[in-house]
Amino acid sequence: MTLLKRASALIFTALAATLLAGCERPPMDSTQIGYRGTGMEQVDNPRIVAAKQQANVIPEAIDPGSPDGPKARDVLQNVQVLGDLSIGQFTAQMAAMTAWVAPEAGCNYCHVEGNMADDSKYTHTVARRMIQMTQNINANWKSHVAETGVTCYTCHRGNNVPEQTWFQPLAQDKRADFMGNRNGQNQASPLVGLSSLPADPITTYLLKPVDIRVGGTTALPTGHVKSIQETEDTYALMMYFSGSLGVNCTYCHNSRHFGSWEESPPQRTLAWHGINMVRNINNEYTVPLGKVLPPNRLGPNGDTPLVACATCHQGANKPFYGVSMVKPWIGLQSLSSAPPAAAAPAPQ
Amino acid sequence: MIEYQNLFTSVRAVGPLHSGVPLGQGNFRRDGSPVSFPLAARLGMAQIGPIYLGGLGVAALFLGLLSFVTIGLNMLASVNWDPVQFIRQLFWLSLDPPAPQYGLSLPPLNDGGWWLVAGFFLTTSIMLWWVRMYTRARALGMGTHVAWAFAAAIWLFLVLGFIRPVLMGSWSEAVPFGIFSHLDWTAAFSIRYGNLFYNPFHALSIVFLYGSALLFAMHGGTILAVSRFGGERELEQIVDRGTASERAALFWRWTMGFNATTESIHRWAWWFAVLTPLTGGIGILLTGTVVDNWYLWAVQHGVAPPYPPVFGNMVDPAAVQGVKP
Repeated sequence: MTLLKRASALIFTALAATLLAGCERPPMDSTQIGYRGTGMEQVDNPRIVAAKQQANVIPEAIDPGSPDGPKARDVLQNVQVLGDLSIGQFTAQMAAMTAWVAPEAGCNYCHVEGNMADDSKYTHTVARRMIQMTQNINANWKSHVAETGVTCYTCHRGNNVPEQTWFQPLAQDKRADFMGNRNGQNQASPLVGLSSLPADPITTYLLKPVDIRVGGTTALPTGHVKSIQETEDTYALMMYFSGSLGVNCTYCHNSRHFGSWEESPPQRTLAWHGINMVRNINNEYTVPLGKVLPPNRLGPNGDTPLVACATCHQGANKPFYGVSMVKPWIGLQSLSSAPPAAAAPAPQ
Repeated sequence: MIEYQNLFTSVRAVGPLHSGVPLGQGNFRRDGSPVSFPLAARLGMAQIGPIYLGGLGVAALFLGLLSFVTIGLNMLASVNWDPVQFIRQLFWLSLDPPAPQYGLSLPPLNDGGWWLVAGFFLTTSIMLWWVRMYTRARALGMGTHVAWAFAAAIWLFLVLGFIRPVLMGSWSEAVPFGIFSHLDWTAAFSIRYGNLFYNPFHALSIVFLYGSALLFAMHGGTILAVSRFGGERELEQIVDRGTASERAALFWRWTMGFNATTESIHRWAWWFAVLTPLTGGIGILLTGTVVDNWYLWAVQHGVAPPYPPVFGNMVDPAAVQGVKP
């Protein structure tokens, strides 16, 4: 009898421990963000937030150079972007990019040693296009990045390639296509919060302007035919957003009616512009650059790495929790004026 | 002095094992001879068996097994027949219904066909098991309350997997066979159709579900509390109400002014249990077929209260002129 009791006590303890092992320990911080009683609150684990805050700090400031002196384009050869900067600012910007993107490899990560004007390294082509992308984001996507803006470091954080980019997963090997179809889901994908939801919402939604909204828009059926499968696709995308920003659903939505704009927090509008911004970046910048990337930079399908929310946000609701580092870098703030006619057009 | 013992006490009365009443014509024989298994006495009767399988039972078990194996083999195939991955990913694996483009047509086996096959086997198996519940109750001269309660659950099962998908014109509306995938379906279903919490039949179903739990706790608690007076011998208490029933009844009249009877409490419990899937099934059936967004429906009918617009006047940016795509 005692033995039986001891054994069951042991089993129950082990079971309880196993169940609890997946949990984060309390206490959590809960902040009310909406009307009382509606469950509009942001729940944070202060220990995780503390770790994330340490990981999301801007680097030491770099001297952005003096605006005096001749323009870079008049002094240096083959300057297609940033040519309006003074030579001092240009040099400082190059130094900053090295510190942000290739701190170990240095200038020669992109430049041919001894001939800085040489375009032959693919990284040089990519870097130029990425500068144009950064300028485009800061100049034309203020609806998402506001005055905070982005720099190379927002995504790169000292890495040659940003850590949070996305390749399309290999299609399932269905062998004879007789049984075992996973439908691109039903796997514990970290991208969608380890759920069994569709595993690649980025390809589904952040390349083409596919309609994300699935909820019924009228009380009674009026020919709105979004399927449960499309709803799961959207759900997967929202899980990705949630994980990328470290926020709950209620950061952007009123969960009593996800589709209602009237009752949504203003962050939802920012996110809406962010979705369009990411589509623009992928279509105009990252995907076209696939032509110049070497095979070791391509994904398992030979695809170009895609960017999405986590590329900049990296788990924070605002990159670097809203600290701006773009202000001194005027070369990144607006589109460079058109290069001289003699220069080759920027690679597409 | 006579000391009363019940199955919750440590003393167990052991009598001769019993094979049950004689079976009439047209019945199979019972299988196995009864055995006494003392550990089972901690949960119920110590006597295990005999079991009556019969033609219906065998057919239902066989079809149920076919369905189970169909689902399992699909899951196993989806991890390339790797048994370790099968166990490791089991909660994530799923056999999904056909994609929306197939509507109600027959899709290829690997595009939802297996889901239809497994669903057909499972439905037939459950139906046969229902008939078995009914005929076994009849064979014992019992009422068929258990069978009809089971039918209420079958109603919800059929609404989810058959009736509603047919009305919607697409198998893709149905529930996948999988642990997490069916939970994802539940969440997606609510999101797609505007928050199921505003569906009044969903609300009723929750009332009956929670009510069932409450009634179960009240009834179980009452009977255990008077078992020291023989209260769990309900039949005797109905025929000749003794001090246990009197005390139980008085307790509830004292605490809430009204008491159920030894008989009526079981009607309460039965109806609450049966109405849970019955109302739930109605709620699912109406979703998408006659109501597309339960929140908007609830606002129209004064069910969902308006709250102050604390976020200001937010507008859909897609509807604003001059905003980038």
